[in-house]
Order: sequence, then C-alpha cells, then structure tokens
Amino acid sequence: MTKIYSGKRESKALDSVSFSIPSNGIFVLIGRNGSGKTTLVRILSTELEPTSGEVFINGIDVKNEPDKLRERIAIVPQEARAIPWMTPTQTVLSYLLWRGFSYGEAKRRALDTLGKLGLGRHANSLNRTLSGGNKRKVLVATVLASEAEIIFLDEPTTGLDPISRREFWSLLKEIGQRRFTFLTTHYLEEAEELGDRIGVLDRGRLVSLGTLDELRQRVNYNYSMKLSRGVPLPHVTRGEVVEGRDGTRVLTTEEEAFAISRELSRGGYKFTINPISLDDIFFYLANRGADQVGN
Amino acid sequence: MGTRAEEEEEEAGGSREEKIEISPLHVRKRSMLSQILAGILVNSVYEMRNYPIVLVNTVLSPLSFLLLITFVSRGALLGEAVEGGLIMSMFSAGMSLQADLSHLKNDFKLQDMVVSSPTPWFSYVTGIAASEIVYSLPALVVLGILAAYFVHTTEFGVVELLLVLFLMFLTSIALGYTFATLSSDIVQSFAFSRLLSTLFSTIPPVYYPITYIPLPFRYLAYLSPTTYAAELAQNATGYLSLQRFMILFDWVVLIGVTAVLLGIATKKARWREA
Repeated sequence: MTKIYSGKRESKALDSVSFSIPSNGIFVLIGRNGSGKTTLVRILSTELEPTSGEVFINGIDVKNEPDKLRERIAIVPQEARAIPWMTPTQTVLSYLLWRGFSYGEAKRRALDTLGKLGLGRHANSLNRTLSGGNKRKVLVATVLASEAEIIFLDEPTTGLDPISRREFWSLLKEIGQRRFTFLTTHYLEEAEELGDRIGVLDRGRLVSLGTLDELRQRVNYNYSMKLSRGVPLPHVTRGEVVEGRDGTRVLTTEEEAFAISRELSRGGYKFTINPISLDDIFFYLANRGADQVGN
Repeated sequence: MGTRAEEEEEEAGGSREEKIEISPLHVRKRSMLSQILAGILVNSVYEMRNYPIVLVNTVLSPLSFLLLITFVSRGALLGEAVEGGLIMSMFSAGMSLQADLSHLKNDFKLQDMVVSSPTPWFSYVTGIAASEIVYSLPALVVLGILAAYFVHTTEFGVVELLLVLFLMFLTSIALGYTFATLSSDIVQSFAFSRLLSTLFSTIPPVYYPITYIPLPFRYLAYLSPTTYAAELAQNATGYLSLQRFMILFDWVVLIGVTAVLLGIATKKARWREA
C-alpha cells in the first residue's frame, strides 16, 4: 500500500507498506512523528483512501467495502477530544446512537461501560471538569461500549503524565484480551509493555514487524551503552554507533561493552550500560531502514 | 440485551464488575432515527442544557435587528421586521452548519470517529442540520408569538410563509455544507459563517421592504436569495403587493437557487478523504 498526498508539495506518507498480522491481541505500531502511523490507521479505519495497493481486514476489502468494515470497527483518532459541554454519559450515549443503537440500549451500555472504567462517579460531570486521563478514558469508553470487534487507538496516551499513562495501560491490556486492538504510539516503553506484535514504521516504510523477542533477534547486539555529550567515543570494533542530540548510543556485544566500559571508567567518564531495549531496537532498525518486512 | 461475556460470567458464578463488557459481533439493525437524534443531542440539546447562556444568545441576535427596525420606523415596520427575523433565524441556522461541522471535525475529531462507524453521511449531516433548527427554536418561538399577534394573513399566506422559511433553511444548509468542505479550521469557519450571514440576511432587504433601497442599489439586492424570500413573505402577508409574474419569478429563483446549491453540496460531499 502506498499513500501520496497531492498538493503544492507532493509527499509520500506511506511507501509500499506490506504486511499481514493475525487480528487478535494488541498490535502496536511505533514510529517517530511524521513516520506515517496516523496515515496508516486512517486508511485501515476507512477514513482515507490509499493511492495504490490493497488492504484487507478479516477478508473485507477496506478500499471497496468500507461500509461492511465499518460495522466491525471503531476508532479513537489522534487528537480526539471529549466535547467539553457534554458529560461522559452523553458522550458515550451519542456515539452509540450514531452507531444505530436505540436510546435505551445506548444509555444502558454507556452507564455500564463508564462504571466498569471507574468513571461512574463522573458520569454526569461535564467533560471539561475531568482530568486529562479521565477525558481519554471517556473517549475509549465510547468505542468500548460499542459492538466493534476491531479497535483503532491512535496515540491514545500522548500528553498523559507517566502515572496516568501506566494506569491507562492496564485498561488497554484488558481491551486487547477481548478485541483486536491496533494501537499507535511513539512511546517505546508502551509498545514494549502492551504489544503482542510490534511494527516499526519509519519515513513511510515498515522497517520491521514481529514480537518483541523477534525484533530483539534481528539486532545482532545485546547491550546498549549511552554516552553523554562530550564523552570521547571509544574505538568500537563490533557494534553500531548512533549519534543523537543528547549523546551517543552504542549497540554492541557483551564483550565489547565490557571493554568499552573499562576504557571509559579509566578516563572517569559517565555512561550507562543496559541490556538492549525496544528503544535501542527502534534506533537500530530506523537507522538501517533496510530490514524490510514481507508477510 | 445480554451478551455472551455476561452469560459466561454468570454461568461461572463470577462477578462481572471487574471485567469490561464486550458484545459479540453481530450485524445489527441500525436505526437512522437514532443516528439523526445523536446529531441533534450533541450539537444543540446538550449544549443548551449544559450551557443555558446559549439560549439567550440565540434569541437575542434576530430580536436585536427587529427592535432596531421597529424603533427607527416608529413601529411602522414591525410586521416586516418580524418576518425578517424569521428569515434571518432560518438562514443563520443553516449557515451555522458550516462552522459546527468544521468545529466537530477539526477540533474534536468527532467526524473521524463517526466516519469509521456504520453511520452514513446522510444521517450525520441531517442530524447536525436538524440540530441547527432545534438550536434556533427559542428565537423561532418568540418570533412565532410576535407573528401571531402582529402579522395578519390568510391560511394560504401562512403556508406560503412556512415554505419560504423552509427553502431559506435548505439554501443556507447547502451553502453552509459547501463552505464547510472548504475551511480547515474554526477561525476560518466562523469568519465564513458571519460573512455569509451578514451578506445574505442583514444587508439585503429582509427586515424592510425593498422599495426602501434607492434604485441603482436595488438591483444588487437581487443577488441574494434572501431578497426573493423576503419579497414572497412580505407579499404573502400583505406588506408588499407583487404582480403575479413577479411572484412566479421569485418562486422560480428561490427553488432554482436551492436546487443548484443542494446539488453542489451533494457533489462536494465526501465521507472518506482522498
């Protein structure tokens, strides 16, 4: 699938993205801002047409049978906001009415779902009076109260404080146990925590796809060293060096990491050394950009 | 409606309080009335219920012009001003569609959520359009009471007046929708909305007879569909006496403009972005 935005300056948002995943659990798509995550989600959720290519979800042609797919999906878009002049009950109820539920059933489902998400106490408060985390929960409640079997959440935790984000994770895990959840994020720890499968998108190309263990195996190194700015880069015989804004990252083997750390310690320099994380894998894969994914 | 998840939990004797209810997939029979009701609730009823100040605002805007024209004319144009208020209310209601659609889409991403649901385009737009009428109800009720007291006409005249108001609403809905597809943020939308409302319902001779406009400028007034609507309304209630040819001409123009604008709006409608 390819998506090109036409206009004064044509831009390729997705470049020959091709993948196949089972529609269960939680799939997390990670990538930097502007990598094409939202474009991909918008195409999959029938909001946007791809420029070329084919997309199928559970056998339904996304491009040519959008109405059929819309019966089964629900989305909380990036930057979606709970309408401030409405209450959580009114928010969920109206969304269900749009999905064609009767008023009575919509109200019952709305109250039920809000109660289960711990929002029962706030059900009749105005959305504008809720905390940031609860406002997000209200949006998730809308899709959760529906009958959709596939849920798209585009960066649902962006902007939340670390504590609220972690609270939110347990909710997302629970959703993922029962419905296929397609989630995008640029928080790597979120992908690590939630993703049954993880896709890495970089500059419109899917650079890797698999479980966390599978992604780890694609990186040939098992240790990550982070050197602050100004620390002289030691000679690295086996490894990958990535220069960043806040310092240098060295992905290397255990032996090499030991040798480098000894050298740096002797010079009195500060550094950290850790087993490789998704953060490192992302930098490694995005840097190489060559590990193209097939099915 | 019991769900499979609930039934399984009940069978297992466990508490279902801890779990999130998931319905099994089934293709439901979906009610279009529910979908239209959703638009009305979100865009007018909840807003009016939770922020009652908006009620005052919707009444005040058409009444302010009515009072101005009535005072300046020492009461002579009260009937025309009441009719003008009704036309302005209907036209402004339709024009609000533009800003509201844009607001819900761009600021809350609500339309994106609805697109990715089984809601058809027609139900969504009809619901939001109907909400604009509901939003204008306080003003329409006040103006309706004033009309019942001060505007005297036949039953046919009432029907004619209602038809004119309905066509005005359709015209402005079509205009509002078309402009909503062109604007990408709320500041631009409100600017468009105010500009068009002023151009079509305040400057043209809606609150007073067209004969009050000096001749070279009178022709300019005919560029606005609201002028034809006001002429027909004023003729139906005896404030203006039009020749039969002019009545027919005004109806043709009004219906023609409405049809063309609705055609453009329908052509512009694109539920899924390219």
